[in-house]
Amino acid sequence: MDKAIENKSPSKSGSTEQELIIEGAGCASCVSKIENALKSVDGVIDASMNFAARTVTVSGAANAESLIGAIEGVGYNARTLENTSDDEQLEEKEKADWAYYKKLMRETWIALALGLPLMAYALITGEVNVNTDNERMAWLIIGILTGGVLYVSGKHFFVGAWKSFLNHSANMDTLIALGTGTAWLYSMVVVFFPEIVPPLARHVYFEATAIIIGLIDLGLALEIKARGRTSQAIKRLIGLQAKTARVIRDDKDIDIPIENVLLDDLVRVRPGEKIPVDGTVEEGRTTIDESMLTGEPMPIEKAIGDDVVAGTLNKAGSFIFKATRIGKDTALAQIINMVKRAQNSKPPIGRLADKVSAYFVPVVMIIAVLSALAWLNFDYDSGVAFAIVSATTVLIIACPCALGLATPMSVMVGVGKAAEAGVLIRNGEALQTASKITAMILDKTGTITLGSPKVTDIVLAHSDNEEEVLKLAASLEAGSEHPLALAIVETAQERSIELVKVTNFNAVAGHGVEADLNDAHLLFGNEKLMRERNIDITGYIDKAQQFASEAKTPMYFAVNNKLAALIVVADPIKQDSVAAIQRLIKNNIRVVMLTGDNRDTAKAVAKMAGIEEVFAEVLPDQKAEKVAELQMQNEIVGMTGDGINDAPALALANVGFAIGTGTDVAIESADITLMRGSLHGLADAIAISKATLRNIKQNLFGAFIYNVSGVPIAAGLLYPFIGVLMNPVIAGAAMAFSSLTVVTNANRLRLFKPEIH
Amino acid sequence: MIIVNLAGALLIALIAWWFWFYKSKSSTKLDDKLVVHVEDGVYQPARIKLDSGRATTIQFVRKDASPCSATLEFPELNIIEELPLNSTRVIALPALQPGEYAFHCQMQMYRGLLLVE
Repeated sequence: MDKAIENKSPSKSGSTEQELIIEGAGCASCVSKIENALKSVDGVIDASMNFAARTVTVSGAANAESLIGAIEGVGYNARTLENTSDDEQLEEKEKADWAYYKKLMRETWIALALGLPLMAYALITGEVNVNTDNERMAWLIIGILTGGVLYVSGKHFFVGAWKSFLNHSANMDTLIALGTGTAWLYSMVVVFFPEIVPPLARHVYFEATAIIIGLIDLGLALEIKARGRTSQAIKRLIGLQAKTARVIRDDKDIDIPIENVLLDDLVRVRPGEKIPVDGTVEEGRTTIDESMLTGEPMPIEKAIGDDVVAGTLNKAGSFIFKATRIGKDTALAQIINMVKRAQNSKPPIGRLADKVSAYFVPVVMIIAVLSALAWLNFDYDSGVAFAIVSATTVLIIACPCALGLATPMSVMVGVGKAAEAGVLIRNGEALQTASKITAMILDKTGTITLGSPKVTDIVLAHSDNEEEVLKLAASLEAGSEHPLALAIVETAQERSIELVKVTNFNAVAGHGVEADLNDAHLLFGNEKLMRERNIDITGYIDKAQQFASEAKTPMYFAVNNKLAALIVVADPIKQDSVAAIQRLIKNNIRVVMLTGDNRDTAKAVAKMAGIEEVFAEVLPDQKAEKVAELQMQNEIVGMTGDGINDAPALALANVGFAIGTGTDVAIESADITLMRGSLHGLADAIAISKATLRNIKQNLFGAFIYNVSGVPIAAGLLYPFIGVLMNPVIAGAAMAFSSLTVVTNANRLRLFKPEIH
Repeated sequence: MIIVNLAGALLIALIAWWFWFYKSKSSTKLDDKLVVHVEDGVYQPARIKLDSGRATTIQFVRKDASPCSATLEFPELNIIEELPLNSTRVIALPALQPGEYAFHCQMQMYRGLLLVE
């Protein structure tokens, strides 16, 4: 066996495939050179280059650096496929767009340099006819020059049109190439063979040809500039990523690119620096500005054990954290990915435009032929010129691109705008549905309230020892995950009460919990549970109702079937919930609060929050039923929850909103994630959705009206009534700026501000 | 004028046939080496044949700087991807049922078809 192969065999078991992009390979003979260089690298089993794609697939256990080194060794450059960061990708895109913009502007000036003086001449002298030999000679020279313009400034339209034609498809290039080509060819026929054209129709259209090409190139160039502005939100998010991190290795601080940070690396952050990757604080205290991700204006205090998020800004303190999520796993990378995907998705409203676009170009070509035929039938002698003008104008004015761009450009800006406000929209469909919401269900705990209840009162019954009651209740509740249970455990901990272990723990869904402690049976829960277990609570019901009317949650604690105490917990309403709920109500949205709490407490909380309708005493598995109940009343229902136990309800709702804790974006069941806890995010999300849909409708309306009215006018529909036939140059200008108008209108959304709060 | 009108009618019929009713028989079989070039207003090849029930990938190389070509959509498959200029983007296709699946750019000027058999 060959020694080289022998050496590679052991690595076969752990072999993987990697793909590299090759740069600088200009001939097919490079292939074997590159493949052989790669095959000589230790660990490589096989290397196969795809010359057309300039990629090479390498199987084996060699690392990317040694493969790239081998390729560079034989004179080419290489990089791993898709290893470019978002930042680099954006930079490359901007570079490519700028180069294309410059090329189009160059082509614009070349075309206009010929077209504009010609048009000025035609307007001043009115002489664009071919009657004498001198005129023929002069127009022949100009015709050749215009042909040169078509080649230099318009070649891409003609190549695109021809290739599409061969593919049995037609596009914008087809229309421009046919329009300008027809005008130029007709003019050349007039120059070469004036006798075959009726005397009244011996005009040339070289100026129109050159100007149309120039204007359309100008329109494309300006469109590229305007498109660049639509992606500013994603650019800003990408810009939040730090480039380097200061990690502690071998007791030394070293600055390394963030791509090289490893999981569990200790990272030091100084005041004023960006957090490079996600992690948990290990040493030190600080405050961090998370507004760039969550929209939350107040800096957040962080201490040991707290999570920090990549892209946020360290304010005052210096601290060390352990890296827990790196690369594409960081919250920021996930947000960028989610926003990018959502920006590219299409809401259903765009489907009609897509259907029209698919048939549009051939229909316009048929209309151009019909309009030419109509003019020829109307009056052949003068009709020839009218036929050429109208057919050219119809082809030039029609703009399928404006239709195609109408929806995606607005979605791009709208989704980006939402991300800036801390609202992550999963896709275009969620965006569209959110704009139509008529009813909003708000989960109480953690959505309207802070979600961190506190024990406010303990009313002793068959017990005279509050500490003992709290100890038993907290020991029982330590096994529960309910926020109210947590409040009791925290209160016990604050009072330094030591908890004991209970046995036979049992959660009675939606009602309470029970367990045994030595010989004692502990029972904790609501009034219903107490009645079911025949616990005598007479004398305490009135007190409980009084607490409930103060928006507090009273719960009964019984030991050995005797009521020991009434423990009262309250979860304060978030500071800005009332104002945010008012914003929703002002937008004619029916706001309903949903909670597992007893009816009296629920009503009191709802009253404080400014909500009239309440679903109280709802068990966790009944939340989805409540969503369905409103949907049965023909409401378009939004459901807002913390995303943990609300998944079925969030999924069933027309739009599920998850209130994220900080920057947790991994809430799969939600259509829209609010990155900060405030309900203003909800009102912002709906306001941005409405503004975006309004913008899409304006764009679609504009694009449809433009084409539906522009094409018949170009065909000469107004001529019988007011004697006006559209000039092809006007059509070229209109077409060039129609797409630009759509992109510019979408960009207006960037200025949209949800109601100030 | 009759001849002119007949010629016009014939031209209209040709447009309709060429762009809407012509059924191309040629298609390119998808294999590991197949690269779809995005250039000069077209996907090349634009008709791609592949076997049903097998997940696969297609490599797209965009060489056209026009922003129109930057977005690739497979509407029925809910795939929307950005194609970086002068780079390869590998698109993962799920196992498909037999049928025709269109793919196109954002403005539907570039158009292609997957023929799943």
